Order: sequence, then C-alpha cells, then structure tokens
Amino acid sequence: MIGKAKYSKDRGFSMDNQKLAKQLMKKSKTARYERMGKLGSLAMLLLIMVIVIGIIVFVTSKGLTMFFSDHISFKDFLTGTLWNPGTKTPSGHPAVGALPMIVGSFLVTILAALISTPFAIGTAVYMTEISPKRGAKILQPVTELLVGIPSVVYGFIGLSLVVPFVRNTLGGSGFGILSGTFVLFVMILPTIVSMTVDSLKSVPTFYHQASLALGATQWQTIWKVVLRAATPGILTAIVFGMARAFGEALAVQMVIGNASLMPHNLISPASTLTSVLTAGMGNTVMGSLQNDALWSLALVLLLMSLFFSLLVHFIGRRGSFKK
Amino acid sequence: MKDTQKQSSLAIGILRGIAGFVVLILIFLLGYIFITGLPNVSWHFLTSPAKAFTAGGGIGIQLFNSFYLLILAMVISLPISIGASIYLSEYVKDNLFTDTIRTSIEILSSLPSVVVGLFGFLLFVIQFNFGFSIISGALTLTIFNLPLLTRNIEESINGVSSDQLQGGLGLGLSKFETIYHIVIPAALPGIISGIILCSGRVFGEAAALIYTAGQSAPALNFGDWNPFNIDSPLSPMRPAETLAVHIWKINSEGIMPDLSKISSGSAAVLVLAILIFNLSARYVGRKVFERMTSAR
Repeated sequence: MIGKAKYSKDRGFSMDNQKLAKQLMKKSKTARYERMGKLGSLAMLLLIMVIVIGIIVFVTSKGLTMFFSDHISFKDFLTGTLWNPGTKTPSGHPAVGALPMIVGSFLVTILAALISTPFAIGTAVYMTEISPKRGAKILQPVTELLVGIPSVVYGFIGLSLVVPFVRNTLGGSGFGILSGTFVLFVMILPTIVSMTVDSLKSVPTFYHQASLALGATQWQTIWKVVLRAATPGILTAIVFGMARAFGEALAVQMVIGNASLMPHNLISPASTLTSVLTAGMGNTVMGSLQNDALWSLALVLLLMSLFFSLLVHFIGRRGSFKK
Repeated sequence: MKDTQKQSSLAIGILRGIAGFVVLILIFLLGYIFITGLPNVSWHFLTSPAKAFTAGGGIGIQLFNSFYLLILAMVISLPISIGASIYLSEYVKDNLFTDTIRTSIEILSSLPSVVVGLFGFLLFVIQFNFGFSIISGALTLTIFNLPLLTRNIEESINGVSSDQLQGGLGLGLSKFETIYHIVIPAALPGIISGIILCSGRVFGEAAALIYTAGQSAPALNFGDWNPFNIDSPLSPMRPAETLAVHIWKINSEGIMPDLSKISSGSAAVLVLAILIFNLSARYVGRKVFERMTSAR
C-alpha cells in the first residue's frame, strides 16, 4: 500500500516535471504578446515605407510613359516652349514643351523665398533675441495659426486682394507671376519664421555670453555670432519654405492666370507645374498623350521635391550642433 | 555714443520695424478673413446645401463632408502612426534600415500634397475602382497625414521619461506591455495635442482631395443613416466635396451671383475651425495631463 502510494507519487512528480518542461519550453503568453506587439508596430512602419516607395514608383512609371510609349524626347519636353499635348509645333516637334511651367514654378519659388527670407529672419531674431517675451506671447501663437491656414484661403485672399491690387497699380489682368509671388511670400513666411526661431533657440547661451563679454554690441552678437552659428538651421528653414512654395498647388493656381506661355514679364499670365496639373488632370482621358504629358509634369514635381528633401538632409548632417 | 553702438541701435530698430511689419501683415490677414467673412455666416449658411446658379446657397453638405473625411482619415491613420512611432521610438537601433525608414518618412512629409493626391487618384480611384468617393479621399488624406502624425506621436513618446519604461520592465512586464500600458498613457496628452493639430491640417487640405474625394456634393438624405445607401451621409462610396475644395471650386469656375460672399464666409468658417483646433490642442492636452496626473 505504502509502496504503491510512493510509486504513484513518484510518477506524479515525473509527470509534473514533464508538464513543467513543456511549459518551460513553450513561449510564455507575455513573450508572445511582446513578439506580436513588436512585429505589429514594425509592420505599421513598413507600411509607411511601402507607401512612399509606391508613390515614387507609380508616379515615376506614369511620368516616363510619355517618353517610352509615346516616343517623345526629353529634349522636346524640357526645352520646348509650346504646351499643347497632342498637337505639333510649327517646326514639327510634338508640342509638349514644359519649359514655361518649369520656369514659372522656379520663378515664383525663388522670388517668394527671396522676399520672405529677410522678413522671416528679422522676425525670428526679434522673437528670440530682442523681445523674447513679446515674441512668445504674441508672435508665436500667431505664426502657428498662420502655418495652419489652408492654402485655399491664401488663394482666395490673393484672388480678392492681391490680383485687383496688381491690376490697379501695374496694369494687365493682375494674374501672373507677381501675384503668385505675393501669395507664396505670405504663405511661406510663417513656415520659415517658426523653423528659424527653432534654430536660433538652439544656439547655446554661452555663445551670447562670450560675445557680449568681449565687448560686442547686441547687434554684433546677433550678426556675427548667433546668425552665423544658426546658419545651417536657417538654410534648412529656407529650403523647407521653398519646397512648400514649389509644391503649392491651389493657392498659386488661383492667382497665376493659368496660361501655359513663357512668362515675358511678372504681370503676364503664366502657369506652374502644379497649376497645370490641377487644372488639367480632370479634363484628360487616362492613357491619352494629354494625360501622360501631365504625369510627366508630376514626375518633375516629385523629383524636385526629392531634391529639396536631399538638400535638407545634407544641410542637417553638416550643420548639427556639436555640444 | 560710439559708432558700433549707433550701428547696433539702428540695426535693432530696423529689426523691430520688420517684426512690426510682419505682425501687421498677419493681423491684416486674419482681420480681413473674419471681417469680410463672418457677416456672411449664419445658421442657414452653415446648414443648407450649396446652389450652383442662384444666390442663397450654403455649405451644409461640404461642412459635413469635411468632418466625416477628417474622422475617417484619423481613424485609419491613428493605429498606423501609433504602431510606427512605437517602433521608431522604442525598438529601433541605429543602422541603415532605420536611416532609410526615417528618410522615407521625411520624403513623404515634404511631398507636395498634389502629388499625394495624384497617387491616390491613380491607386484608389482608378486601380481599386473606388471612383471619386469618401473612401478614396479618406485613404489619400491618411497618406498625407501619416508622416506628421507619426512624428508628433514619436516626439510625445520620446518625451516620456525612460524611468517609466525601466519601472515597467523592473516589475517583470514585457517591453511592449510596458509601452502599451505605461508609456503610451503617459504620452497621451502630447499624442492628443498632436492629433488635434494634424486634424487642423487635414481639415483644410484641398489639393489632395480634388481628384480623390471629387469636386461634387450630391444632395444627401439626412434621415437615412444606413452607410450602404448611396445618398446616406455615411455612405463611403459617394463623391464628397469638402469645404476647402468648395472654396477652390467656386473661385475657379463658380457662376453663382453671391460667389464672393460664399467664398469669404467659407474661408472664415475654415479658418475659425482651424483656430479652434489649434487652441483646443493645447487646452485639451493640458486638461488630459491634469486629469491623469493630478498636477495642477
């Protein structure tokens, strides 16, 4: 009796051991949970990456269709000045010249950046160096709000204020590069200001102190020390502003006049890559030459945007503070 | 005074002038939007449907579409963004893979919205055959929204002290459990502010929507809330012009006689909504923080 009990008890132990071994070999619930969580969040991250690659691949392949299946040369596309896909220029080349749009896009972007940079830097310096209290109280919230104002609202204001103003003072229809520049100037100003403020704030305080201790005036400190030290950040801000201006579609489209002609002056109606895209995409049939030509414009837009990203990356890598 | 001092005070005077000028521009802008726009906003304007040829139309359907699209886009993008930012802030190691991912998020955030819109058009409208519909629009807005939302959430997760993670691990929780039950709740105020700020951006977006959610707002039957009926407000397959698209659309090709009134009213409503989003982002974030931590 006793022996039997002992035997079964022994056997019980050995069964427990087996179970235990099994349990120990198996992944615990927690470990499985951990694995699932980690893989799940990785999957979300990969999804974003797939989307980015998808966008680049799709737009690139659509954008190259015109060159490969419609047999149009890059030269005609990039240097031609007549845009009327499906027809021929008087000299017999296909009329897919995108130069007017490319020039228009670059003109409004560069002009807007040129005008808004001094204003933005001045404002940012005021906010961080001269009157930080007022800057934080009034200017900070206002710029934040203005960064968030939708581009159609800027376009609408441009249409109801800037275009009539240009028409009345300089003549012409009022639609054109100049109006586009004005609208973009106001649009990218808050973007550049807020990013410049960030970079000015990241200049270490002892830079100021050292400069002031050497007897430099406030202006000398700002000009020769703070702005020099923050230059990479300010450049990044300007590039971001330019990228925003270059890719802005509706606000520009509303005030630029949408004539695919080479702009001969700042107040003649012109067009940008984005304005032709938004105005034209709905009026063409998928797969036609007219449509493929528009996708080629989208490709140019994508490439420029990638270029701006690259530039930001490059500046950021060279200019980060060594502390 | 010495020359350098004169120079300094002159330069600083100029800087003050520039800042003052910029403030003037900004005040003028906001003032213009509200002063010309708000008198046109009435209950009738906010609730009645738009009219194509006659005066007296409203923005009721457009306003509803904007909010519906915003909510759908947020519901879709939130889990993706939270997952991605958890991985980015807690699991990632410094290597080429991480670098590539961060770069691709940067690229996505700097893509012009019109390119995102065209991609949505190509993929959702044509390839998936969703047509110009709420669902195409919501998915496109999701793509537009992902990079910024992910960055915002990642920043708020990074802002949580690493002691919290150590504490959770020390108590024997797994890493993901700690993140999910301790770190994310601690980051919640920041995450909520981020969501509201992104909402403002999504709410005003138009370029990504004109070729995905479409430019028409068919009449809706507000008595029918079955999402499978095509004229139900909830139907995901109907075309849906939003408020921002409406402003663009009527200004480019509208022919109603009270065009400028409608556009200025719509612009004021849009900016007011963004203003509310921006202000409430801080307020709600702070309130949630106080609720959770009893810090006052």
